[in-house]
Amino acid sequence: MNTQAPSFLRQSVRLGLIAGVVTLSVSAVGMAELFAQRELIAGVVTMAQVLIYAPTFILATMAVHRMGRSALRNLLAGLVAGVASALPLIVLIVFESLVDLRQFMPNVSPALVAILDFGLGPILGSLALLGVLGIVGVAAGVFYIIPDEIERPIIQGVLWTLVIGLFSEIISGRLRDFFGAGFSRLLFSGKALRPLIALILFVAITLGVRYWATRGDRMRQNISKMPPAQQRRIRLGIGGAILLFLVILPMLLGTYLSEVASNVGIFILMGLGLNIVVGFAGLLDLGYVAFFAIGAYSMAVLTSEGPLGLAHLTFWEALPFCVLISAAAGIVLGLPVLRMRGDYLAIVTLGFGEIIRILALSDMLKNFIGGAQGVLKIPKPPFVGFSLIKPEQFYYVILAGCLLAAFVSWRLSESRLGRQWMALREDEDVAEAMGIQLVGTKLLAFAIGAAFSGLAGALFASKLTSIFPHSFKLEISINVLVLIIIGGMGSLPGVVVGALILVGMPELLREFAEYRLLMYGALLVVMMLAKPEGFIPSAVRRRELRREEEDLALDSAAVLEAGD
Amino acid sequence: METNHSILASSSVTKRFGGLVAVHELDFDLPTGSIVSIIGPNGAGKTTFFNCITGFYAIDGGQIIYDGHRIDGRSPDQIARMSISRTYQNIRLFANMSAIENILVGMEPHLHSHWLGAVLGSRATREEEKGAVEEARRLLQFVGLAGKGDFLAHNLVYGEQRRLEIARALANKPKVLLLDEPTAGMNPNESAQTMHFIRRLRDELGITILLIEHDMRVVMGISERVTVLDYGVKIAEGSPGEIQRDQRVIEAYLGRGAATGLQTASDEA
Repeated sequence: MNTQAPSFLRQSVRLGLIAGVVTLSVSAVGMAELFAQRELIAGVVTMAQVLIYAPTFILATMAVHRMGRSALRNLLAGLVAGVASALPLIVLIVFESLVDLRQFMPNVSPALVAILDFGLGPILGSLALLGVLGIVGVAAGVFYIIPDEIERPIIQGVLWTLVIGLFSEIISGRLRDFFGAGFSRLLFSGKALRPLIALILFVAITLGVRYWATRGDRMRQNISKMPPAQQRRIRLGIGGAILLFLVILPMLLGTYLSEVASNVGIFILMGLGLNIVVGFAGLLDLGYVAFFAIGAYSMAVLTSEGPLGLAHLTFWEALPFCVLISAAAGIVLGLPVLRMRGDYLAIVTLGFGEIIRILALSDMLKNFIGGAQGVLKIPKPPFVGFSLIKPEQFYYVILAGCLLAAFVSWRLSESRLGRQWMALREDEDVAEAMGIQLVGTKLLAFAIGAAFSGLAGALFASKLTSIFPHSFKLEISINVLVLIIIGGMGSLPGVVVGALILVGMPELLREFAEYRLLMYGALLVVMMLAKPEGFIPSAVRRRELRREEEDLALDSAAVLEAGD
Repeated sequence: METNHSILASSSVTKRFGGLVAVHELDFDLPTGSIVSIIGPNGAGKTTFFNCITGFYAIDGGQIIYDGHRIDGRSPDQIARMSISRTYQNIRLFANMSAIENILVGMEPHLHSHWLGAVLGSRATREEEKGAVEEARRLLQFVGLAGKGDFLAHNLVYGEQRRLEIARALANKPKVLLLDEPTAGMNPNESAQTMHFIRRLRDELGITILLIEHDMRVVMGISERVTVLDYGVKIAEGSPGEIQRDQRVIEAYLGRGAATGLQTASDEA
């Protein structure tokens, strides 16, 4: 024991210091100060505090986990990590009191230091910070010691309460519209949860999670014992409930949030398409925005009521053409890159994306698609006599597109073609040796992926009623790729979750928007380290859990009919 | 064994990699219904020859005839569709797919459903899939992997992976099966089982078998003919007994020590 002590302390110190450096960095780039203005629970918790304590808590938890099950050592490791995490911040506080750091680091302001040292001045403040972060570390130790079935609900309770607090402004706004200002003010004060309400929420969520953990399992078991027909009815019922929820969603959300939901939907659509190309078939396409642009410009040129309009079709007449043109573009891109793999494919597709954007910007095509001035006066879709102008109405068009794309993706993923794509992703040479035609299979992936993206582009054009080349930057390709990585490669629910986190969140939280790219990067790095398979991994990785089914299906007699 | 007619034959097949001649003017016959081994030291061009037959490499000279048709110049998927299957020296399963899915991919040449049928959920597609899955389960059972269908390939143990690879090759209902070191990494007991299994493939399913093998016990135990390659050139050909006595093989390739070992091996067999 004694011989191990120094090494385990060293590990805790190292993890603590990492947490401290992370906190120091987010402080030095100005996030902490900006987030201090966002209260989660009125007068109690601000976003900045979450930002400062979360790294310590997470890394202290890691330090504690490495100690095995020993209460004393768990607590000690937590304390050590917590205290260590305070050291980099104390250095910052002390330095700031001696030198004017703002010359070098413009974001290190007295206001930031006041957040870190609780406004107590360098000496008292440092001690206080040391104490508070030490307590956070010990808390991580305590959480590890108490049994899982209690720890998990509490952590979820805290997390969800904070998330609700984060969205206070939006939630309170909606509550005001539905139940009046009085009710809203009862729960929220300004842009934050009232402390008592937060406490009630926390208790309710914790108990709810705890209850579901015991009951949910039993329910799932009961359902799995039911006959297949009944199981299917239950699944249909759940699907129907989700559909119903999606249908009434715009009424709950209101205009602004419906707009946000539509933007998320467009990215879901693109994500589903890229998921086929990258997630299913393993073809890394970095120029995916090209098909989005082609779909959008097709819609624009075919329907525009302005001088650039060619055909003056309605939205619905033009839509199939947009999808077909994009799919054809997918094949055109696919042909020259058939023999390319991995990095090479990525580079070529990257170039293709840029070519399309630059063509859209060019003088050469200016007479057809408007160059930098773009295409204007694209009509909204008509629907039984009126035009779907409001975001709440347009939402349904996008919802329909997403449902269609999700359905097609799901059916394909379980089909022969889906299997061919998977084989292609795993080992192209062997796939070919098994009789899979590489050309057709790859082109289908490109074409179907491009069709989804083209559909998204067409909807995007009609939604905005005018489009410009600068809407089709490389950034879109990267956003879509990141969202399917975060969500889980090859997983359909993963695409939805990824789009909600990466597209929905920054639109709802303006503080996040400012640091969007930083958050993308950090999230991507953390995900790759902690959960490389994504938030909702695809079924392939979960399938092993149900292996018994097969034994039943086998009849032991039939052995040899297999051959010939 | 009298050669009736050969199902697979090569004449003067040459394959070069830059200045290196991996296979040099190779004439080779695979009689229908036989078990033939190709042996030779590392780098002799055995696997290269397999890759030429299966269309993975384009040959630089000569021709390959299968079932009366020239197949050199055809793509690997076309050749697979002509009922030639293979396994790999270093197992190349689709690691993140389940055992059943691996076999279903092997069945590709016999599946015809269109992807639109899958999207629309057509009856024909569903029935084809159902039949294919049943067939795949039978194959799993045939190679002794019953109940492991939903395991991911990379989670199977080594011997099971080898057997799954054979099952995947069988899914194509091959007339010719190319096995690249099927007993690599196996202990003598497992090798003997595999040997027995390979013989069953020929006797019960009528598959003509060509194998590359290093284990002389296996080679001498099951092959009807043996071809010896060295530096891409055929240096000997004949029955196992003839090969063991062939002075050129013993001296130029096997060396004295190995030759003695080989003698003992054949005595045991």
